[in-house]
Amino acid sequence: MGKKDRSTQQLVQGMGFPSIHLVSLEKMEAMATQERIRFILDEVEAGKILILERGLTPQEEAKLIEQTMREVDQDSFIGIEMQSYGMDNGSNFLQRVVMGGPRPRMAVIGPADLLRLVSKDNEQIVTKIISKDGK
Amino acid sequence: MGLKQVMMNLSLGRWLGKAFGKKHAKIGIYGPPNAGKTTLANRIARDFTGETVGAASAVAHETRRVRKKADIDVRSGTAKLHIDIIDTPGIATQIDFHEFVEGHGMDEEEARRRAKEATEGVIEAIRWLEDVDGVVLVMDAAEDPFTQVNVTILGNLEARRLPIVIVANKIDLPEASPATIKSAFPQHPVVPLSAGEGTNMDALYEVMTKHFR
Repeated sequence: MGKKDRSTQQLVQGMGFPSIHLVSLEKMEAMATQERIRFILDEVEAGKILILERGLTPQEEAKLIEQTMREVDQDSFIGIEMQSYGMDNGSNFLQRVVMGGPRPRMAVIGPADLLRLVSKDNEQIVTKIISKDGK
Repeated sequence: MGLKQVMMNLSLGRWLGKAFGKKHAKIGIYGPPNAGKTTLANRIARDFTGETVGAASAVAHETRRVRKKADIDVRSGTAKLHIDIIDTPGIATQIDFHEFVEGHGMDEEEARRRAKEATEGVIEAIRWLEDVDGVVLVMDAAEDPFTQVNVTILGNLEARRLPIVIVANKIDLPEASPATIKSAFPQHPVVPLSAGEGTNMDALYEVMTKHFR
């Protein structure tokens, strides 16, 4: 993280708001599974909300939940809010071949005490950012 | 017997089970906290062995360790299925001790201990996903089924091509909507029931004996 990023983050957090980071597919694909999980947890534990252009596979999500539970600290980090769709299986055979198999769709992940799910269905995820007192 | 030989025997046993029809399956009872997993596990165990698996309560994360009840013969008509039931702690992405204090009147020390044990239970439940032969995924029919836990569990099981039966539990509640669960996950069998009242358990046993063979 650069000096400018840090100061921007401090400014945003100093105003009482978490910062929201849109993470590109290329950035996620450049990392191995363990790196992705470490990256996500480091960012979320620092109070950031991540919107992933392409989320995690179900196996990676399970690993992320497992690692989150290892790092839960009741005084500083109660876990994550993670919302994703199921895998994109492609709508026809040709699409599946071009895709090279099922792949994750967009996901949003943030600190559980700052991000809360409002509603979710197959096409839309609605979350809201909450204050520390839960409002 | 060396480790390599043990691994070869395990692989051979698994292959034979798949090739000739598994006679003895480990069935995991999975789901989010408070969906009624232990109540269901107890109901199944009691129906066929007269014994229970563990204590259930209205407090979330009551089950914080995996519990196993071995050698249950589930029967439906002439069909029979020999299983071990693996009752798992509820999987969650967040655990806050304040919920035990504010929601259930626990003192802080007890609530913190329960939260710590609950995190360990989630880890254990996820680890067991790799060791089950099929899963009964329990959902509260009065709640929104599109939870991340449900999506993640189903995604993992589908990736491993494990058989899944979804239970739409708590149909005794007036706000229960098993149809919502059916429309959310049309690719899997959904059995509406009330584990607490024992309603429609025969339908579950019929689906289990067909689906987990």
